[in-house]
Amino acid sequence: MAGTGKAHLRNSDDVLLRVEDLVVEFPIGRTGLKVNAVSGISFDVLKGETLGIVGESGCGKSTTGRAIMQLPSPTSGSIVFDGTELTSLSGESMREARTKIQMIFQDPISSLNPRRKVRDIVLEPLSIWNRGTKAEQLAAVDKILEHVGIDPQRAAESQPHQFSGGQCQRISIARSLVLDPKMIICDEPVSALDVSVQAQVVNLLEDLKKEFGLTLVFIAHDLAVVKNISDRIAVMYLGKICEVSGSDDLYRNPAHPYTDVLLSAIPVPDPTVAVKKISVEGEPPSPVSPPDGCRFNTRCPNASDRCRSEEPTLREVEPGHFVACHHPLFGGEAPVAVRGN
Amino acid sequence: MSTDSPDTTVNPDDGIVKKKLGVGFWICVIWLGLMVLVALFTPYLPLKSPTKNYLDPSNGRPPYSPSWKHWFGTDKDARDVFARSLHGARISLAVGFSAITAGFLIGGTIGVISGYFRGWLDRISSFVFIVLLSFPSLVLAILLTSLIERSLMTISLVLGLLSIAPVGRLARAATLQYADREFVLAARQIGATDRRIIIKEILPNVAIPMSSLALLGMAVAVVAEGGLAFLGLSVEKGITWGGLIQLGSDSARTLETAPWISFFPILMLFLTVLSLNFAGDRLRTFFDVKEMTL
Repeated sequence: MAGTGKAHLRNSDDVLLRVEDLVVEFPIGRTGLKVNAVSGISFDVLKGETLGIVGESGCGKSTTGRAIMQLPSPTSGSIVFDGTELTSLSGESMREARTKIQMIFQDPISSLNPRRKVRDIVLEPLSIWNRGTKAEQLAAVDKILEHVGIDPQRAAESQPHQFSGGQCQRISIARSLVLDPKMIICDEPVSALDVSVQAQVVNLLEDLKKEFGLTLVFIAHDLAVVKNISDRIAVMYLGKICEVSGSDDLYRNPAHPYTDVLLSAIPVPDPTVAVKKISVEGEPPSPVSPPDGCRFNTRCPNASDRCRSEEPTLREVEPGHFVACHHPLFGGEAPVAVRGN
Repeated sequence: MSTDSPDTTVNPDDGIVKKKLGVGFWICVIWLGLMVLVALFTPYLPLKSPTKNYLDPSNGRPPYSPSWKHWFGTDKDARDVFARSLHGARISLAVGFSAITAGFLIGGTIGVISGYFRGWLDRISSFVFIVLLSFPSLVLAILLTSLIERSLMTISLVLGLLSIAPVGRLARAATLQYADREFVLAARQIGATDRRIIIKEILPNVAIPMSSLALLGMAVAVVAEGGLAFLGLSVEKGITWGGLIQLGSDSARTLETAPWISFFPILMLFLTVLSLNFAGDRLRTFFDVKEMTL
């Protein structure tokens, strides 16, 4: 599963975000060791598109989201957003560029300052950037609160802990929208919510996306959640991308053994359906010392010697469907690369 | 001292649980308010002079025991203990207040800044805090106060210096708890500057545990001033509770024959410190916003 491949990047004028060779490493104290959170991934997002990023806990998907915001900035790689190279910005220009991309976090309670009134929380971005008069700001805030289904009257006098988790997530969404961003990165926005509320929040995001012409990056560990909202899905494992494809193709026809495993883990709400049970053994290897070759080789049912030494690169197995695997479920063996750099 | 949670009542109309501070808290606040008023206005109150000798030859030799004329009795120089105890509130509270203010301004600022920015700044300040904390504070106070001219200002500064490390460490710990929260990250991504994040996002959260510590810290400072005065190392000119207590207990005989000389200042010191502690504790539990979990 290589991240080195860029076959899936598109050459279009509509590319809003283009991430290339993104590497994020966190040093461990003074041991000289480092956590390889993200190890050279590339992807792009077109205007108005929704990219889903899925993978299990610790695969680097949240780190990827935060690296796009430069919080913290990545170890290396390039992130071009709307024609601007974000990694080269600093100070004031970074502060300003950041407002074009907003992020929604997993924990709705922790995302809101417990000591501030909800309306002030949503007002904060406008007051930082001094957009319009105070009255205009308040009007804009009330409008957006109503939009996401929060009573502005109540928001003016209540603190976050007086709202439910789903409502808090709506408030976070309202805050991210007031600055009129072009892109929203949703970092597991519904993972902490009740299933009944999950659908509401996902639907809200979809509606807002249409209305405000947003581009979304939707990060989740649950393929079922990502399926409906995403146009394109990237599957991550241990800091690398293993498969990129249109959402429908991926579900109908997974090419990577890991995607296959993830898909088989989605519960089917029908007891009469025979469930294809595939499971992988063990835990993902430590990102401190990832395995050589394909990073999935320690748990892959199809792993061969080649997987243990040679890292696969992303290649197209059907139109718009890319996989980084030597032995994918379809599309044939990967051609043997010419050895030596 | 009570550590149980404040009384709660459920409003039957909306089912919202309202916390109450309780009667004990308000009694403490009234006592503290009274002390502050007394401290502010002693010169204008119709009190006996704290320095005049009210010798009464018909009553024999002073000290005189409590009577209608001298509510708290007099000391060996026939000075009115009641007037002196009230005057003592002035310097004792002023020292407690300014010491803890100095400690909070310096320690709190250093603590919040190092907890927020981390890095080398944090490493240096943490080291300084540890050094300060590993000094026995009373010994340090005695050392410093025996070297300098002992005015209200210098005594406050010495006690303030001693409170920098504990206050700073608490401020740092409280800041650390919030600095990595997602709402701080969210503030950063909407373009808030570090200064704005510290003032608007971190401080309101850190201020609550700190404010109850301020009351507790003031209690400690008042007691510490008493301790210094007892050793004759507090403010040289003026009356403090510690000084009064020391006068009334300079020998076992004094304590035996005229216990009121030290008893009444002790009582006022005790009630004030108790009130500070109790009110601080109540405030802390009261403002302990329940952080809802899903």
